[in-house]
Amino acid sequence: MRRTILAGAFALGLAGPATAQQQPVEIQFWHGLTQPLGGMLEQIAADFNASQNQYRVVASFRGSYPETMVAAIAAFRAGQAPHIVQMFEVGTGTMMAAGRAVKPVHELLAETGVQIPFDDYLPAVRGYYSLRDGRMMSMPFNSSTAVVFYNKDAFRRAGLDPEAFPQTWQALEQAARRLKAAGVECPMTMAWPTWTQVEQFSAIHNIPLATQGNGFGGLNAELRINNPLMVRHLQNLVDWQREGLFRYGGRDGQGDALFPNGTCAIIFGSSGLRARIQREAQFPWGVAMLPYYDGVAGAPINSIIGGASFWAMNRGPNATRSAEENRGIAQFFAWLARPEVVRKWHVETGFLPVRVSVFRALEAEGFYRQNPGADIPINQLLRGGGQMTENSMGIRLGGFVEIRTIIQEEMERAFQGQQNAQQALDNAVQRGNVVLRNFERQNRQ
Amino acid sequence: MQKKVIFRGVALPVALLLPQLVITGIFFFWPAGQAIWSSFLREDAFGLSREFVWFENFADILTDPNYLAVAWNTAIFSAAVAVLAMGVALFLAVQADKAIRGATAYKTLLIWPYAVAPAVAAVLWLFLFHPQIGLFGRALNAAGIAWDYKINGGQAMTLVIIAAAWKQVSYNFIFFLAGLQSIPRNVLEAAAIDGARPTRRFWTIVFPLISPTTFFLLVVNLVYAFFDTFGIIHALTQGGPGLATTTLIYRVYVDGVQNLNFGSSAAQSVILMALVIAMTAVQFRFIERKVHY
Amino acid sequence: MAGTEALAAATRRRQRRGRALAYAALTIGVLVFAFPIWMTLVGSTHDVGTLGRGDVPLWFGPHGAENYATAWTTGGAGTRNTFVVPASTMLLNSALMAALIAVGKIAISLLSAYAVVFFAFPGRMLAFWLIFITLMLPVEVRIIPTFEVMVDLRLTNTMAGLTVPLMASATATLLFRQFFLTIPDEYVEAAKMDGAGPVRFFRDVALPLSVTNIAALFVILFIYGWNQYLWPLLMVNDRTLETIVVGLTKMIGTGDSQNEWNTIMATAMMALLPPVLVVVLMQRWFIKGLTETEK
Repeated sequence: MRRTILAGAFALGLAGPATAQQQPVEIQFWHGLTQPLGGMLEQIAADFNASQNQYRVVASFRGSYPETMVAAIAAFRAGQAPHIVQMFEVGTGTMMAAGRAVKPVHELLAETGVQIPFDDYLPAVRGYYSLRDGRMMSMPFNSSTAVVFYNKDAFRRAGLDPEAFPQTWQALEQAARRLKAAGVECPMTMAWPTWTQVEQFSAIHNIPLATQGNGFGGLNAELRINNPLMVRHLQNLVDWQREGLFRYGGRDGQGDALFPNGTCAIIFGSSGLRARIQREAQFPWGVAMLPYYDGVAGAPINSIIGGASFWAMNRGPNATRSAEENRGIAQFFAWLARPEVVRKWHVETGFLPVRVSVFRALEAEGFYRQNPGADIPINQLLRGGGQMTENSMGIRLGGFVEIRTIIQEEMERAFQGQQNAQQALDNAVQRGNVVLRNFERQNRQ
Repeated sequence: MQKKVIFRGVALPVALLLPQLVITGIFFFWPAGQAIWSSFLREDAFGLSREFVWFENFADILTDPNYLAVAWNTAIFSAAVAVLAMGVALFLAVQADKAIRGATAYKTLLIWPYAVAPAVAAVLWLFLFHPQIGLFGRALNAAGIAWDYKINGGQAMTLVIIAAAWKQVSYNFIFFLAGLQSIPRNVLEAAAIDGARPTRRFWTIVFPLISPTTFFLLVVNLVYAFFDTFGIIHALTQGGPGLATTTLIYRVYVDGVQNLNFGSSAAQSVILMALVIAMTAVQFRFIERKVHY
Repeated sequence: MAGTEALAAATRRRQRRGRALAYAALTIGVLVFAFPIWMTLVGSTHDVGTLGRGDVPLWFGPHGAENYATAWTTGGAGTRNTFVVPASTMLLNSALMAALIAVGKIAISLLSAYAVVFFAFPGRMLAFWLIFITLMLPVEVRIIPTFEVMVDLRLTNTMAGLTVPLMASATATLLFRQFFLTIPDEYVEAAKMDGAGPVRFFRDVALPLSVTNIAALFVILFIYGWNQYLWPLLMVNDRTLETIVVGLTKMIGTGDSQNEWNTIMATAMMALLPPVLVVVLMQRWFIKGLTETEK
């Protein structure tokens, strides 16, 4: 009885893959995109497989981004890592410091002789995933940035110009008051609270999120988000929440739903929200760039990106890849950089066109005239002349997943009235620095 | 403890014990040992570098004001779940004990929530208390109470307590009813003839008689609230807002799985193991006593 | 004398009143307890728009069949940000997991209890205590190191990984041990005189006598297995092995009001129905199992 049960149980799970000699080299690829995006990504892998017969990319969905990250790290520790893993941008700092766990893209390309024209990539995208000297560490793929979506009907009802979204926070505050007066129950909300209101906010105002150039300069970076401008902004949000001008929509992407269903007239969210709004919103809507505080010297400049990139991983702590496997990974990355692939992904999903030439070509064809506002994210990334400063390159902090959660928690406490903005940001800095110091210590060598 | 007449042999009993011992060894003792060992280490997420830090992880955890806040949350949450689930169950059990006809039918109608998974219970209550689509959530908002558990810590805590207690009432009900029905009828009748009022009769006679059951249930309910409610919190609030609904188990999960802080997570596991050992010891002391009754 | 009679009459009146109140309280209790399920059942028969607007009706709508069909075959593939796993797959996974855990636990515990009770051999007590001590190591407490062990053994994303580690059980072993201790020594003596060995005694005597206990335990353990959450959540990220309890919470995601609540409610009904039916239909064994395993 015992034997049969155990044998049965094991047989159910342990049907391992058999690899024959003449078959194509398998490239395991783990991603964290849910439907319908996941299906589109898997289609790209299928197209690559159909284009040649040396390599076969096996794409599999491994849960949300954080789940995929945990699964890949656990697999690496067991010597079973996938060849390629999709990692969200918050995990970048952790991956950069991962030493021999990852195979940097620049090394991969140099060893295999495969070329990818990274010069043509959007500077904000390139910067986020490269070393200070410009060498690429991972392969950029789905990238977005934060923008504003607003309800034109609500603007009209409040007597505001639906074609001119306020550019500054000061003007936006007045607009929100008028929306409220016109009977809009929720004038403003946000998704991804830390990303839109702290990370993007710091970048466009050209103020540091952390020392060492937001961590690009080394693991000894310290958070700087308790600066006067950040405090002023968070205190405004808290006060506006109390006044009914602003509504906290919840952590991560929870706030997304409040815009397409018409509850809130304005949302600060990911440019990737566009597809959903297009599908669901029953009202005319517009896209605008993130507002800034008038009177801050040098503001506004470019915003930073979000989304995910692909990392090539070694198999385990004591195992590397064969030259053949590396060539397969490099070939697949080169496939992802093809203009038609970049273009299709941008047009169908609403993520950014990561290559400038693709953007220009679509512009010339009139794509953005037919899809008004679809170019706002790209133009916002190029705002201020596209000359990124060390505050607007991106964020390179270890343990940033945890730090984001900490900032959200402290913001939530402020929104509940348990502390003011200064206290919230001081606490966030203090708790976040503990995470940074631990990370620094764990990754010293 | 042992039978007088037994079979001889060593190979057979060892073979019979083997599956249990192998599973216990691999999936209980190995990880437990691993937890203790990791609790003394600082590691990077990929396991490429490690440092032996003695009790530093414990020191960090126990001096972290947020950990203490989470411990306090856990205490509040567990106490509230235990009191609510036991109070309601006792009340219903007393009523069912009085109702002679149909007691079995009521029993059937009251015990089934035990079978509902905590995470599923969370989904049911979410559907009732969602601020925008829930029947109660909307009613509360319409009544002028700003109900939004995503931003109000007290409301979030209330919601997870209700969902957790709802499921546990049936379990307590079964035990209370069994306890009440084992009280000899003549004891109660004698008291009734003495003219003691029902409420007084309950507190002076009935309640002391079922106190062993009550104590047993208290331990079981606390263990339930500590360990089995992960699904409710994960599905409903993810520990928020702030840290308002984060419990000790939830924090082990967050630190280990989301933050990849294996050392700290392991130290927390060790602390919890000590706690479970203490709780189990209490439970067994009690059962020893009950045997002597 | 008359005073006593009046008192008795008053007591009877009070008892009658008490009983009426008891019925009322019980009825209210039952209704309160059933209400969340009622709303779920009702919710599963309306269309997504009705629920999404928050116009939650208290009575059934006309869309029940299609909602259940959608959940069953596609898991609500139209829903954004959700895992597209048909409820049929998830139910099958849950049923398999729950059954394997229950059967495995019972088999393993039966054998070890038999060894501990009917044999004298060196290390007997040590083995017993090793099993007993696992009571103090609930899986939730040591979840991360256990996950690492599973990764090392390559057992993540397998049905074996989902079930085998949960098969060791101190409570079930204790229960069977206690039960075996009540089997009279004369039975063993008689068996021995007939020339029956331990294997035959197990098959012909111990096992048949344990049938009620096995049934009782099966009910409890099936529910235990079905309702597992944290374990499958961590152990499985391959969609084909998704269980319905975990899959359901993934469908609600972050509690988005734009979710396809009708499909979710239909899935919730399917997630809770099997264990509830087991409890209701096997009530006698359920109560026996519950009260005996916990002592």
